[in-house]
Amino acid sequence: MKLTDLTIVKAHQGLLKKEFSAISLCKAYLDKIKEKDKEIFSYLTVTKDLALSQAKKNDDLISKKRNLSFLSGIPAAIKDIILIQDVRCTAASKILENYIAPYDATVIKKLKAENVVFLGKTNMDEFAMGSSTENSAFGPTRNPHDLTRVAGGSSGGSAAAVANNECVYALGSDTGGSIRLPASFCGVVGLKPTYGAVSRYGLIAFASSLDQIGPITKTVKDAKIVFDAIKGKDPFDSTSVDGPKKENLRLKIKNLRIGIPKEYFVKGIDPEVEKLIKQAIKKYEEMGAKIEEVSLPHTEYALPSYYIISPSEASANLARYDGIKYGFSDKTAKNLMDVYLKSREKGFGDEVRRRIMLGTYALSSGYYEAYYLKAQKVRTLIREDFQKVFKKVNVILTPTSPFTAFKIGEKIKDPLSMYLVDIYTVSVNLAGLPALSLPCGKVNNLPVGLQIIGKPFEEDLILEIGQALENYGV
Amino acid sequence: MVTKKEVQHIAKLARMGLTGKEIEKMQKELSKILGYVEKLKEADVSKIEPTSRVVKNENVMKEDKIDEKYKMKNEKLLKLVPNKKDDYLKVKSIFNK
Repeated sequence: MKLTDLTIVKAHQGLLKKEFSAISLCKAYLDKIKEKDKEIFSYLTVTKDLALSQAKKNDDLISKKRNLSFLSGIPAAIKDIILIQDVRCTAASKILENYIAPYDATVIKKLKAENVVFLGKTNMDEFAMGSSTENSAFGPTRNPHDLTRVAGGSSGGSAAAVANNECVYALGSDTGGSIRLPASFCGVVGLKPTYGAVSRYGLIAFASSLDQIGPITKTVKDAKIVFDAIKGKDPFDSTSVDGPKKENLRLKIKNLRIGIPKEYFVKGIDPEVEKLIKQAIKKYEEMGAKIEEVSLPHTEYALPSYYIISPSEASANLARYDGIKYGFSDKTAKNLMDVYLKSREKGFGDEVRRRIMLGTYALSSGYYEAYYLKAQKVRTLIREDFQKVFKKVNVILTPTSPFTAFKIGEKIKDPLSMYLVDIYTVSVNLAGLPALSLPCGKVNNLPVGLQIIGKPFEEDLILEIGQALENYGV
Repeated sequence: MVTKKEVQHIAKLARMGLTGKEIEKMQKELSKILGYVEKLKEADVSKIEPTSRVVKNENVMKEDKIDEKYKMKNEKLLKLVPNKKDDYLKVKSIFNK
């Protein structure tokens, strides 16, 4: 048994049975990172001392025969946009290169209460803006399946670390696909929860009406364990809610109605990817589910709507980086205006600057109604599309991405081509729905992800459906 | 096409320093993205209300008192300030001399 191959469930059992100590488990991962992370660059910061002290605490608990929760002593990686008190948090930006988090995010508080071991902070696109992790100010993360290819983004470091066995699981954040896309490209499981299911307190804000934190794991069962640990209403995030108690989420697959939106199987999808997705759908049919073609007629407007709404919110959220309160401050500035202009010019990377400009444009006098308000109205149409379809079916299946991981450098020079990568994932954020990406095979040795979209707060159902495919075999 | 003047105006609103070359680059890139976004014009949104958020929480209130348990230490925040004097944030003069 290799300690670095373990899932949460297996590592937990090993700790309970005293097959290994929490310290040896932790050290196995720290060694693996030291040895292997140079190749893929999934970590921006390794919190060795913190990890070892947390591991020791777990061994003390085990020796005192205390009950261990599932996550107790399990080594995890955290996307570098989620604050851990007294640990550097950069959002992969020069502007926060030396920022030391003054408090814990709510999800971190919850994981600390479960005695999780934090291995470090993972690479990402700067401020989560991107689909490849090439927008990191510190260099791209490479895909463990092919080092010449991207890991996907923006949570590329988290997905690559899980895929490369440099942690047992990771947290990511998803604003337009940033958990699901890298999970798909790296061949791991990623869950984007319902908007409001997980507190955003301590998550560095990108687009506040879309952002959600979620798990990236090796198995569906692990994703459920992590999701259950981090969800719930938080007084520090007024948009967080306790999901309604739902019965009947243990639907039998043979009573299940699955919708396949025809708008997701059109020109632009790689035929080999399409084939694998169709095979996965066929497996559900073999398990007895009823497959129906459905229509989400406003799908083509989702991406343009997203690329107005998210930069608009970002331009407001990122106004806080002013070179005054924290973060990089340009020393050559002569007056106050100059401090703002130069700190933001030198501190932000190209994509962040572009989105701040785009968002400011869309919100500016004379353009607000034509762009921002229009995009918000289209957002309503997209939500209504889903509401109508969910009257007929329990879940919707789509590809997570139209293609497998692309080459590093292939799209980075053309911002619009990079935006198009998110074509199958942004609608879910606009509608606030939960969605799971899970591996469903490979094309030329590169993983393909199946996306399972559910009704609000029906994470348990989409996880169960994902589990059914995992059990059935890909 | 977004004009040079518009880019400069937006950059000022966004407090974003741009060099001469970048203005041109930004002009091209923003125009291309906005050209794509034009697609929104085709969507019929008459009588459609905008969605600004999907959670229906309204006016979430809390008591106006400090919870000592969650009080953040001033020193931790002050340590992050790039330019300060004692416990004050220091900024450049805002009046032209």
